[in-house]
Order: sequence, then C-alpha cells, then structure tokens
Amino acid sequence: MFLSRLRLPSSEIQSTLTCNGQSAMSGGCGRNPPPFPDNEDQEAELDTQVLDSDDDDDEGEDIFTGARSKPITPTSAPDEGDIFSEEGSYVRSDVHHATNGLHSDEELDLFTEATVELTLTNTTSQGRREIIGPTASACNTTRVPNSILKPSIVTKTMEELEEEESGDQFELNIAVTNPEKIGDGMNAYMSYKVSTQTTLPMFLNKTFSVRRRFSDFLGLYEKISAKHSLLGCIIPPPPQKSVVGMTKVKVGKEDSSSAEFVEKRRAALERYLQRVVAHPSLLQDPDVREFLERDELPRAVNTQALSGPGLLKMINRASDAVNKMTIKMNESDNWFESKLQEVENEEQLLRRLHAAVDSLVNHRKELCSNTVVFSKSVAMLGSVEENSALSRALSQLAEVEDKMEQLHQQQAFSDFFILAELLADYVRLLGAVRCCFEQRMKVWQRLQEAQSTLQKKREAEAKLLWANKPEKLQQAKDDINEWESKVSQYERDFERVTCTVRKEMLRFEKEKARDFKQHIVKYLESLLHTQHRLVKCWEAFLPEAKAIA
Amino acid sequence: MTSISEDSDKEKVRSVSVDLNNDASLVIDIPDALCERDKVKFTVHTKTTLSSFQKPEFSVPRQHEEFIWLHDTIVETEEYAGLIIPPAPPKPDFEGPREKMHKLGEGESSMTKEEYAKMKQELEAEYLAVFKKTVQVHEVFLQRFSSHPIFRKDRNFQIFLEYDQDLSVRRKNAKEMFGGFFKNMVKSADEVLISGVKEVDEFFEQEKTFLLDYSSKIKDATAKAEKMTRSHKNVADDYNHISGALNSTAADNNTAFKKTISVCVLQKLEDRVASDQELKLTELLRYYTRDIQAAKDLLYRRARALADNENSNKALDKARLKGKDIAQAEENQKQCLQKFDKLSESGKKELTSFKARRVVAFRKNLIEMTELEIKHAKVRRLKSNNTLYGSKLSIFLLCQKSLGY
Repeated sequence: MFLSRLRLPSSEIQSTLTCNGQSAMSGGCGRNPPPFPDNEDQEAELDTQVLDSDDDDDEGEDIFTGARSKPITPTSAPDEGDIFSEEGSYVRSDVHHATNGLHSDEELDLFTEATVELTLTNTTSQGRREIIGPTASACNTTRVPNSILKPSIVTKTMEELEEEESGDQFELNIAVTNPEKIGDGMNAYMSYKVSTQTTLPMFLNKTFSVRRRFSDFLGLYEKISAKHSLLGCIIPPPPQKSVVGMTKVKVGKEDSSSAEFVEKRRAALERYLQRVVAHPSLLQDPDVREFLERDELPRAVNTQALSGPGLLKMINRASDAVNKMTIKMNESDNWFESKLQEVENEEQLLRRLHAAVDSLVNHRKELCSNTVVFSKSVAMLGSVEENSALSRALSQLAEVEDKMEQLHQQQAFSDFFILAELLADYVRLLGAVRCCFEQRMKVWQRLQEAQSTLQKKREAEAKLLWANKPEKLQQAKDDINEWESKVSQYERDFERVTCTVRKEMLRFEKEKARDFKQHIVKYLESLLHTQHRLVKCWEAFLPEAKAIA
Repeated sequence: MTSISEDSDKEKVRSVSVDLNNDASLVIDIPDALCERDKVKFTVHTKTTLSSFQKPEFSVPRQHEEFIWLHDTIVETEEYAGLIIPPAPPKPDFEGPREKMHKLGEGESSMTKEEYAKMKQELEAEYLAVFKKTVQVHEVFLQRFSSHPIFRKDRNFQIFLEYDQDLSVRRKNAKEMFGGFFKNMVKSADEVLISGVKEVDEFFEQEKTFLLDYSSKIKDATAKAEKMTRSHKNVADDYNHISGALNSTAADNNTAFKKTISVCVLQKLEDRVASDQELKLTELLRYYTRDIQAAKDLLYRRARALADNENSNKALDKARLKGKDIAQAEENQKQCLQKFDKLSESGKKELTSFKARRVVAFRKNLIEMTELEIKHAKVRRLKSNNTLYGSKLSIFLLCQKSLGY
C-alpha cells in the first residue's frame, strides 16, 4: 500500500521535452514547450523548478549515444522539495550502460518505495519525437487554466529503452505556440508559431521558429499525401477545418468559446506535426523540412474547400469510393484482410467512445455551472441564517462548492484534452490507415489491369502469328515487351507497397499502444489530483460543520 | 413490486430531523413498505406504554392518502392553531426512474446484453433510493407528531396509528378541491396581511422578517441543489456508458483499454457520491423548505388572530358607542383576546424550539455529508492510485519485455 503525494505548485504538467544539455535549452520545463531562448521570460512566472539545470550537470555525455541521463521517474525521492533538485542528486551520468542500474532502480521504486511522487513528466527523449500534449501554450488569449496540465509521469526509462531498441540517435522537438490573430474582419487569420529544437544535421540551425497559418498545415498535408500515400505510408491527417469556429475568431468575439477553439486547434496542430516528424520517412521529406524552416511559405490556396483543386479532390474521393466497392481483391495474405477488419472495428469502437467522452465533457461543464449557482445560493442562505455558527458554516460550504466547481472545470479540461482529443485523433488516424490499405488495393488493381492488358497483347500477337501478318508482328512484340516491363514494374511496386504497409501497420500499432497508455496514465493522474484536492477541501470544511452549535 | 425491510441505512439517512424517537413511551417507525405500481403501502409500526392505546405494540398498513388525511385533519383543528404543524410528506414520485426504465427498454436493442443488464441494475438502485426516501419522509412525519407533547395525544393521530380497518379516506371531491384552492388564495392574502399588520411583540416581528427571507432563500437553494445533483448523476452515467462501450470490445488485445475500464469503473463511485449528496443536502433543504412554510403558517394564523382581535376591539367600541349588543361584543372581544394570547404564547415556544431543531439538523446533516464525501474521495483516490501504479508497472514491464530482459 502506498501513498501518493502530490507536488504542490509544481504539479503542473511538464508536457514536454527533453531538454538536452544545451544551455540554450535550459530553462523552465514549465508548462512551456522546449525552452526556447525567446521564451525565457516565461520562466519567471513558473514557480517550478528547473529541470534542466540539473540536466546540464548530467548531460556531460555525448548526445548521440541515446540514453538519456535523466529519467524523470517516480523515484525514491525525499518527500518535500523539488523533484528537480532530487533529479540532480540522482546520478545518471553513466547511463548508457546503466540500463541495468536503471531497472533495478525502477524496481526499487515501484516495489519497495512507499512514496510515489506524481509529477513532472518529461516525456520526450531523444529519438522519441512525440510530445505528449497538452502543452499549455504561452498564449495570452487563451483562458485555459494551467492546471489542465496535470502531472504526468511517463517513465523516461521507457523512452530510453526504446532508444536502445530503435537505435535512433537524434532528437527533434516541436511545439506550436503563440496563436496570434493577424488582420481584421473576414480576412483575418490565426498565425501560429512553430518552434523546432533539434540536433539533426539536416537542419540549418539547432533551434528555430517560423510562423504558420492553418492553411499552411493543410498544404503540407496535401504535399506529403501526394507523394507518400502512393507508397503505402500512413499519413497523419491534419486537424479539421471548422467554419463556425474560425468565423467566431475572425469576427473578433473575445469570449471563452473562441479562446477554447483556438487552444484546441493549437494543440491539434502540435500533435499533427509531432506525428508527422515521428514518421521516419516523412521526416526526410524536403517539404517537411521546408515547412519547419523556411521563413515565408507560398500561400497554399488549393486547400480551400470551394476552390478548383478542392472540387477536384471531392470528385476524386467520390470516384475512389465507387472503386472501392467494385474492387474485390484476391488476397493471398490473410494478414491484410484481418488487419483491415480489425481497423474497422476499432474505428467503430473509438467513435462510440469519443461520443461518450464528449457527452461526459459537456455534462461536466454543466455540473460546473450548476455548482457555481448552487454555491451562490448557499451563500445567500448563510447570510440570512440567524444562528451565527450555522451561518458561518453555510458560507464555508458555499466556498467549498466554489472550489469544487474549479476542480470540476479542471477535470473537464483534462477529460477533453487528454481523452476526447486522443480518441478523435485516432478515429482520423484509423481512417488514414484504411486509406493506406486502399492504396495497396489500388496498386494491386493496377497490376491486375496491366497483367490483363499484357495477356491481351499476347493474344493479339498469337492472332497475328496465326494470320501471318509479319509487318504488324514487330509492333505487337514491342507492345508485349512494353507491357511485360510494366507488369514487372507493377509487381515490384506491389511487393514494395505490401512491405511498406506491413511495416507501417506495425509501427502504427506500437505507437498507438504507447500513446494510449501514456494518455491513460496522464488521465489517471489528473483524476488522482482532483480527488486529492477534493479530499482536502472537504477535510477543511469538516471542523466548521462540527462547530455548529 | 418492491419491498424494503428493516434497514440500517435508514438510521444513517434520517438526519433531517433529529432525536425524534427518544421517548420510549411512544415509538413509531415504518419497518416495511410495499410498492405496487403507483401505490405505496406503508406498514406503520407502533410500540407504546401509554394507556390510551389498546395494545402495547401493533402495526397497521397505511397509504399516502391517509397520511394526508391526518395532516389536513390536524391543520383544521382549531386547538392547534398555535402550533407548528409538521408538513405533509410529498407524494411518492417514481416518475423519474420509471421514465428512465422506459427509455432503457426502448433502447435495449442498441446496446449489448451486459450494458443493458448494468443499466438496469443502476436504474433499480435509483428506484430503490427514491423508495427509501419516501419511506423516510413519511416516517419522520409521524415521528414529529409522536415526539410532540400535544400532538401525541390527539385522538385522530391515535386512530391513525391504531385503527386496523381501512380508514376509508375518500378522495377529495370537486368541492373540497376547490375549497383547498380557495384556501391557498386566502393564504396569499395572508402574506399581504402579515406584512401589513402592526406587530407589537418584538419577538414575532423578528421572526416574521427572518422567516420570510429565509423561506425564499431556502427554496432557491433547494432548487439549485437539485439541479446540481442531477448534473452529477449525468456525469456518472456517462462514465457508465464509457465503461460499457469498452467492455463490449471483443478484440481486447489492447490492454490500455482494460486500464481505462477500471478507471471508469472507479469513477462510478461518482454516482454513489451523487446519490449521497442528493440524499443528504438536498433532502435537508427540501424538508426545511416545507418546515419553514409550516412555521410561516403559524405566523399567519397568529396574524389573523391579531387582526380578529383588533376587529373585535373596534366592534366593541362601536357597540359601546351605539349602546347595543354590548354584551355580545364584549364576549367576542374576550374570546378573540384569549385566542390571540394563547396563540402568541404557544407560538413563541414553538418557534424557539423550531430554531434549535433546525440548527441541530443542519449540523448533523452537514457533518454526515462531509464525512461521506471525504470517505468516497479517499476511496477513489486510492483506486486511482492503484490503477495508476498498475498502468505504470505494465508500461515498465512492457519495456522490459521488448528489450528481452
């Protein structure tokens, strides 16, 4: 049996990053994304302790050897004080070979220690380019409370272990922050700051940032999709357009729902980019690099729904759908068939779950407003009450209910950003997976057609031979050669696509399992946090209730 | 048909009115109740040492209408005008759970067997909660009478407890309904009267101000509390749906889902908290809304008596002037004065004890509610923690495995 102790003010989520030992990076792993030089002013407001200062100590080693020197795990740390200083004392400089030590420490932590510190996540590490959201943006316009960032522990050690597994030796962290409204009226748009921090040699700098707007992200998707989907890659889908949401923002309504919309979009864009760069072949794509690096991108106009290309896309999609119905693939490999079925089932399940979680979020918001109203009402009752002790108790009760409302509010945010968005993302991702399978079918279909054309050409040749028309024979022979090479080309394509799809599926499944686990851990932590605060609230109220006389 | 028997839970929930069964000379409770469709049959069980009853211990079946009859009879008794009449228990209302049951039945085809079974179970629990509540309210009603020195001696009350035949309380016919309606109108006129009449006695003046204000505030608080606990129930229901959806996944190779299930299951404790909150706080507020109304009624009666008194004084003066019917007017005036004095005296006593009773009930209720909240939150916290521990452990083990350790 163990206790869980919560960090006090510092129990804000550290949603990101590894900060590797560069001093430019050091700085608050507060609720901010990687500590970029221009974000340093934000550290002032963080009363959390700096992870990185300790990091720096430990990071004496070669960055490229992969193993991080700093697992931020629940350690057998002293109860009070700051986890970061504890980290400092947790010597890990010889980590690469320290996996054993790592494990034994882990075991120690998990099995013997009575105290589990729930805190700071440092989720990403080298090689693991995914940043677990939600990051609280440093955005000023959003009113999302910091406490949506709940403490989360994803064991760094896990990251390190993966490190060893994948052998990747580089790091890339991305954050999307600072949404700003540019322009006015219906032509206004939101511009987001995309900041990258990397050690990859292919980039010009180690840290850099650019401003992008939503259509740029969509444009990126189009480009990537055009190139890679034919190869059978699973392309992460971008966040959806929302006419209603954007119009509200454009019109300039400065209310909470538009702030919420902006925050939601910002987080979604961030996750999108993180997924893109997590994909090894997409990362190599020059378009991606350009997107991250280049200062000014040409406006991606073909992403507008009603434009020419937009309409063309819709037509294509419709014809695809028809094709899908008519293709009946002769599947030699059952793996694909069963996988596709699995994917479809899962998509159904996730849709249902998402609907349920959505309803949960809404009801919780309702609960918030009802609680506030009730709290006011109790306060009024307390003010009228003639018995002074009871009156005091009632006003205390009103305050407790007020606090409850805040807790509910936080929980709602956490519900949404941790669960609902995860589910929504994966519903779309599964859709992308299905597209990927469809691609493979298309390639197969092309192969089939080529084969049947070849067959026809051969028959034609046979007929010519029979009819003894030598002049056309050469032509026929040329045709046959052409088609034979096409067939073998398509065969190779098909093989390659099959192989790629398989690999992609495996990678996707692994990532999905990891993603879900991490999010569930985070969600649990948020629940725990809420419960803890709840207990504290009520425990404070009890003596007041007892004091009524 | 559902029946509820001796239930220690009832002890816990009976914090609306405290200390009602202290006096062993007359102990009343409702150990049993039967619910047939719309009608609830309560078994009223009495244990007494008083000689005015025929037997020392007996039980009679009673229905809701008979409780109302008792209340109305006592209200109409002139003698008790100076007392706070315990408010009548509200009609048993199973509408909520019944509607949900209906909806569940309609939606049966769209959900899996397990989900359906689980939801049915939840609904049955809700139904049971409503049932328990109505039994409690009726019980408290009777106990208010039995613990009051004057009411317990009332002949009608004793008949109610003892008479083992059907009381044949006929339904109010149209005339009586209309009469009741008229009475309500008179009551609202009373509100005007009560604020208009000049009050000599400071105690009553204060009480009047306080009660009027308090009554509106507590009514408001009750309504808001009900809304809040309803939302809380919705949230708990959602967790139910989520865990239902997860449970129905056949291909559960993703253990992450399993974890989420346990998370949602534990969140169902939210439901428990919602019900408990509902029972404790909302019931308290509801009950006292009615009780405050009863206290206000007392004030109205006294105000009317005061008005009568003044009128009779004026009539006497007029009679004296005119020189006729003096004796009659004098008699009238004497009676009015007597009545008024009696009312004022007993009214003061009643209102004072009412104050004390209210404070004690609030205290007990708030303490119990808080302790329950703490208990449940701690359990949830523990469960979250365990699940979290399990999740992290499994993540760790997964990594171990993938590296071949």
